[in-house]
Amino acid sequence: MSSAVASKTAAAASGHPPRRRNESRRNQTVAAYALILPFVIVFLAMLVVPLVYSGVLSFFRTQIVGGTVFVGLSNYVQAVTDPLFLGGVGRMGLFLVIQVPIMLIFALFFALALDSGRVRAAKFIRLAIFVPYAVPAVVATLLWGYIYGSNFGPITQVISALGLQAPNLLSSNLVLGSIMNIVTWEFVGYNMIILFSALRSIPTELYDAAQVDGAGQWRIAWSVKIPAIRPAILLTVIFSIIGSFQLFSEPQLLYNLAPNAIGTAFSPNLYAYNLAFINQNINYAAAIAFLLGLVIMIVSYIVQLTAQRREREQGAA
Amino acid sequence: MRSKATRTAVTLGSIAAISTLLLTGCTAPSASSSSDTPVTQAEITKAMNTPTTITVWSWVPNFSTEVKQFEAKYPKITVKLSNVGQGLPEYTKLRTAIKAGQGPDVAQIEYQYIPSFQSDLQNLVPYGADKIKADYVSSIWGQVSKNGAVYGIPQDFGPMGNLYRSDILKKAGVTPPATWAEYATAAQTIKDKTGSYISDMPGNDPGQFVGLLWQAGGRPFGYDGKKTVTVNIDSAVDQKVATYWNTLIQKGLVAVDPDFDNDWYQGLASGKYAGWLGAAWGPVFLQGTVAKTSGLWTASPLPQYSATGAQTSSFWGGSADSVLNSSKNKIAAAEFTKFVNHDSTSSLTLATKQSLFPPLKATLASPAFSGQKSDFFGGQTVNALYNTISGTVDPNFQWLPYMDYAYSSFNNTLGKAIADKTDLLAGLKAWQAQVVAYGKQQGFTVKTN
Repeated sequence: MSSAVASKTAAAASGHPPRRRNESRRNQTVAAYALILPFVIVFLAMLVVPLVYSGVLSFFRTQIVGGTVFVGLSNYVQAVTDPLFLGGVGRMGLFLVIQVPIMLIFALFFALALDSGRVRAAKFIRLAIFVPYAVPAVVATLLWGYIYGSNFGPITQVISALGLQAPNLLSSNLVLGSIMNIVTWEFVGYNMIILFSALRSIPTELYDAAQVDGAGQWRIAWSVKIPAIRPAILLTVIFSIIGSFQLFSEPQLLYNLAPNAIGTAFSPNLYAYNLAFINQNINYAAAIAFLLGLVIMIVSYIVQLTAQRREREQGAA
Repeated sequence: MRSKATRTAVTLGSIAAISTLLLTGCTAPSASSSSDTPVTQAEITKAMNTPTTITVWSWVPNFSTEVKQFEAKYPKITVKLSNVGQGLPEYTKLRTAIKAGQGPDVAQIEYQYIPSFQSDLQNLVPYGADKIKADYVSSIWGQVSKNGAVYGIPQDFGPMGNLYRSDILKKAGVTPPATWAEYATAAQTIKDKTGSYISDMPGNDPGQFVGLLWQAGGRPFGYDGKKTVTVNIDSAVDQKVATYWNTLIQKGLVAVDPDFDNDWYQGLASGKYAGWLGAAWGPVFLQGTVAKTSGLWTASPLPQYSATGAQTSSFWGGSADSVLNSSKNKIAAAEFTKFVNHDSTSSLTLATKQSLFPPLKATLASPAFSGQKSDFFGGQTVNALYNTISGTVDPNFQWLPYMDYAYSSFNNTLGKAIADKTDLLAGLKAWQAQVVAYGKQQGFTVKTN
């Protein structure tokens, strides 16, 4: 767009007749549409059509005996009272309020530490924190699955060697915490990079001014840096909310190691997957997927609204 | 977390993709097939001499050996062999392919899943399946037939027995238990003297648990082949079995680890478990996974409920080769399933090279198979033992037309109770309730006794 504006002004400056200008603009419009066409096609075919199609499916019910019938909103009515779906959503809500703050506080702390310029081997440390994000979730989960192993995992062996009773980290009670740990490990680096790059874009004059006013490093971090990167923090929060509710790979892979602790409805996504492929209930799975999308939208919107209101209040004060 | 943000879209996308296939294909179950009149020998000869390609889905390792034997006998027929996964992964793909109208000609299916696919399988009676019925162990035929139709040719099966570490039992001073009462006493002694569990009761293996119900006389499932299913999981007999294991679990005498994962293999190798209630395919499996304990194992029949009555056992696992009714080359496909599982050379190769436990009587009895002495079991003729056990199985045992759900539901109910060491009877009740609810939801008439 900016190049179009630039050439438009250039054309106006050089005093070409308007007719010519329209023609060139039309050419550019055609070119623009041609350029986005491949994306639009893929977007329509791979996202919009399946989405609409799933929407249509969610209004039907298919039975082994009786075939397919239109049932209106019945799948949705069933879902909002389905303890397995609600249990999954509740579990992910718990995941959200416990894991996301821990992960983001770690990410923020590391970003601030690296930005302060007082850390030795900063480049290496930055990379080391980021590397887990580059490890595929599949590999990460298998790796942690081994570490958590109740018979021969390193954690168990160390605790047993100390003569203590090792907890089974893959039992029903602890598996949620174990998954939180995996996800934190995976995504601290990713969030740190977002926050770090936001910190780098703060004009250094602000720090000088704060120092002149007698602020120490902690005070600068609290009163200058964090407020300045609030939009970036909000971004990481929204991403994390979406990520939490859509948790899938980690429980899906740990299922093989802890089948009974994970079950088929650990997270709503896993539940939808099992409904479609084990229960052969594709219609209900589609309804669950749509409801999950709705839950994510609502929670994300509430968080965004709260953040904005707080900003406004602070601006007023 | 960006990568995760796409997952809903991916899930929705794949659901939609599968469903597209669903709508384009036909969904109404129909047991009828157009060709129930017997195929004549002339038709077979003609078909087997016409250049044809058939596709076969199987997860038997090195199955190409038997495929080559078939192709050598019928040079005009080309077999395209694919391994698309073992068990559930294959069934998921099979359903999708069937709905897309692109199913294979032949698919390997475990016995307990045959009723789930029944409406998509070809009745093989017109193709001569009944003529070879007498050549098979009688107890296996009920697993592939229903209402006079035959939906697959048996390939291997798994009579259940008890595999134990004789060295650990000896160390504990325990004689091998012949009854379940003795088994419970032995479990206490073994735990006290050696620290080992007598065995592992996994919460993720409905196949094994159902085998134990079967042996005890429990008949949790039933299906009339049409619209009526029977779900009798929470029966008095099944409650008795659940109570028995509940006691052992509560006393800490059996482990409750998931089976067939790395931790479990380690547990077998290290003597954490002094035994395993394994089927006929178990001995070879053990040799492959815990080779360093070679010579320490002994195979025996399952412990019995009564010291004096007739021996009883059950089946755990095993599969058949079935022809899909969407196949355009049914004669060649049916001949293939009969050849690989009935031809003496092919069957013996499967038994001795690929270690499938054969339901074909001639192969079972052949010295090359039954006479095999296993060093892993201290020179025991394990195959002969399991052959004897197979004769003690009551063949009257049915499955539901939706075993995928029934088994996944086990993991969430009874299996979860096992893993969490909570009340197994409550787990049994919950399992019953879920399987009944699903049956009704799928439009079946559900009977509960």
